[in-house]
Amino acid sequence: MEEVIISVAQRTLVAGTPLLIGTIGEIICERSGILNLGVEGVMAVGAVTAFIVTHHTGNPWLGFCAAILAGMLISIVHAFASVSLQSNQVVSGLALTMLGLGLSGLLGKPYVGKPLEVKINALAIPLLADIPIVGPIFFNQSPFFYMAVVLAIGVWFVLEHTLLGIRIRSAGENPKATETQGVNVSLVRYLSVLVGGGFSAMAGAHLSTSYSKSWIEGMTAGRGWIVIALTIFALWNPTRAILGAFLFGGIFVLQYLLQPLGISPNFLAMLPYITTLVVLLVGGLRDSRRLNAPAMLGEPYRRGER
Amino acid sequence: MLRVTVTDREQISAAGTFFTLVLALAAGLLVIGGIFLCCGVDPLFAFKKIVSGSFGSLYGFKETITKAIPLILIGGGLAVAFKAKFWNIGAESQLLMGAIFGTWVGLNWGPALPGPVIVPLMFLAGFIGGALWGLISAVLKLRFAINEVISTLMLNYICAEFLTLLIVGPWKSPKKFGFPYTDDLPASAMLSLLPGSRIHTFTLILALVAMVVLTVMLFKSRFGYEVRVIGENPDAAKYAGIDFTRTTLLIMIISGGMAGMAGVGEVAGLHHYLSYPDTISSGYGFTAIIVAWLAKLNPCYVVFSAIFFAGILVGGDAIQISLGLPAATVDIFNGTLLIFLIMGDFFTKNRVRLLSKEKV
Repeated sequence: MEEVIISVAQRTLVAGTPLLIGTIGEIICERSGILNLGVEGVMAVGAVTAFIVTHHTGNPWLGFCAAILAGMLISIVHAFASVSLQSNQVVSGLALTMLGLGLSGLLGKPYVGKPLEVKINALAIPLLADIPIVGPIFFNQSPFFYMAVVLAIGVWFVLEHTLLGIRIRSAGENPKATETQGVNVSLVRYLSVLVGGGFSAMAGAHLSTSYSKSWIEGMTAGRGWIVIALTIFALWNPTRAILGAFLFGGIFVLQYLLQPLGISPNFLAMLPYITTLVVLLVGGLRDSRRLNAPAMLGEPYRRGER
Repeated sequence: MLRVTVTDREQISAAGTFFTLVLALAAGLLVIGGIFLCCGVDPLFAFKKIVSGSFGSLYGFKETITKAIPLILIGGGLAVAFKAKFWNIGAESQLLMGAIFGTWVGLNWGPALPGPVIVPLMFLAGFIGGALWGLISAVLKLRFAINEVISTLMLNYICAEFLTLLIVGPWKSPKKFGFPYTDDLPASAMLSLLPGSRIHTFTLILALVAMVVLTVMLFKSRFGYEVRVIGENPDAAKYAGIDFTRTTLLIMIISGGMAGMAGVGEVAGLHHYLSYPDTISSGYGFTAIIVAWLAKLNPCYVVFSAIFFAGILVGGDAIQISLGLPAATVDIFNGTLLIFLIMGDFFTKNRVRLLSKEKV
C-alpha cells in the first residue's frame, strides 16, 4: 500500500511539473497585459528542440538551454504582433500555436521513434531523500520538479515584492499611468512575452528529455491549453499555480489508476479537460467579478493615445 | 535621421485592403519557402507540387472544391462569431457533434425514409448537435464568466474522445471486421456526388446559400447590427439596449450549427459511416479560423478564402506524399499566413511612414 501511495504521488508530481512551468510563464506574460495563446505551440517547439539537440550532443542540459532559446525566439512573433502592431492577441496567439505545432512536426519528422540515449534523470537530494515516504515523493524527483517549485516561488516574489514586478503588473493594469512613470511599457511587455515563451519551451523540454525521452508529433497533447486554464485557476498567482498544476498532475495519473477497473479509456482521457471546465466553473461561481484578472489583459496599448 | 511614424488611416480603401492582403500572402509564402529551405526541402519544388496538386489539374481542383465545402460552412459561422469577438475555437468538435447527431438520424430513420426527407432531417439534426455543443461555451461564458477560448478548446478534446468512445463501444458495427466504425448509412441517406468527383453537391449548394443568408443577416438585419456593435464596442451595446445574452446565444447557435452541418456533409457525402475523429475532420475547424480571417469576417468572401485554403490542404497532401513531409506541414502554412494576415491588417488600418527627423 505504501509503495502504491509513493508511486502515485511521485507520478502526480512528474505529470504536474510541465504544467507548473508553463503556467508560471503564462502568468508573467498575462500579468504584463498580454494574453498568449501560443503556449501549446511553443511547448512543442521546446520539446522538439530539446530532443534534437540532446540527440546530437548527448547533453540534455544543452538541449534544455537550446529549447529555452528557441521558445523565446519564436515568441518574438507574438510579441511583435501584439505589442508593436497592436494586433488581436487571440488570433496572433492561435497563429503562434499553429506555427509552433507545424514547425515542430516538420523539424522532428526524422526523429520520430528514436529513443534518447541520455536523459535528465531523477536527482536525489542527500539526507532529505532518505526520509520515509516524504523523501522518495518529494526529494527523489527530476531536476525539473525542483526547478518548477523554486521558479514558482521566485517569480511570485519578483512579481509581488520587487520594482520589476510592480512594473510588469502595472503594465497589465494601467499602461498609460505606467508610461507616465517613465517605464517603457512596450519593452516590459516584450520581455514578459519572451520570458513566458522561455518557460513554455522549458515545459516542452521536460516532456521530451525527462518525462518520456522520445519525440512524437503532438506530444504536448493539449497541455498548453490546460496551462492557460490553470493561469485563470491560479488567479494569476504563481504560488497558487503550484496547487493547481499538481492537482492536474493527479488527474493525469488517475487515468492510469482507473483503467484496470474497466472504465472506458476514452472516458478517462476526457478527465483532464472536464476537470479544467469544472475548476473554472467553481471559480466562476465563487467570484463572478471577473476573478481579478489584469485589467488590461488582451488590450493593445498604443503609446501617446488618450 | 529617419524615424517611423504611425497614424490612423482616415479612409480605408477597398483597393488598398486588397493590395495589402495580396502582399501579406506573398510575404507569408516567401517566409514559408524560407522555412522549407532551412528544413532541406526545395521550396520551388514544394510550391509547384502544391499548385499542381490543388489547382493545376482537374482532379486536384475537384478535390479542392470538395475540401472547400466544410471550410465554407464553418468559416461562415465563425465569421459571425468573430464579428462579435466571440472566439469560438471549437468548430472542430461542433463539426464532430453534428456528424454524430446526423449519423444517428441517418442510421435510425434512414431505412424507412426516402432521400429527400432523410437528408434534410440529417442536416437539421447536425445543425442542432453542433449548436447545442457550441451553446455550452456560450452559457459557460454568460453565466460563469469562463473564457470561451478555453471552454471551446476543452470541448474539442472531450468530443473527440466521446466520438471514439461511441465507435469502439455502443455504435461499433459488427460488419466492419472489428474496425471501430459504425454501420454504413442507408443508401437514401447518402449524398449523391457530382459525377467523376467527390463533390457532394447538396452540401455545396447548402454552403453557398448559407453564405448569402449569413451576409444578409450580418449586414442588413437588426441581429447583424447587434453582432457588430457587440464586437466593436460592448459598452455601447449595453446603452443601445442590446440583449447581450440573447445575441451571444444566437451567435453560438449559428456558429456551432454551421459547423455541425459541415460534419453531416462529410459523413453523408464522403465517409458514409463514423470513424476516428481525425478521419472525419482533418482540422477543418482550425483552418476555418484563418478562412474567416482572410475573408475579413465577411461570409461572401469566405467562399473564396475557403477555396484558397482548401487548395493548400489538397496541395499539402500532395507534398506529404511526394516529399514525405509530416501532416503538420499544413500548420506551418496556416500559422505563417495567419501571422502575415494580421500584420497586413496593421498596415491597412494605419499609415506607416518614414519621416526624416527634422520634419517632425
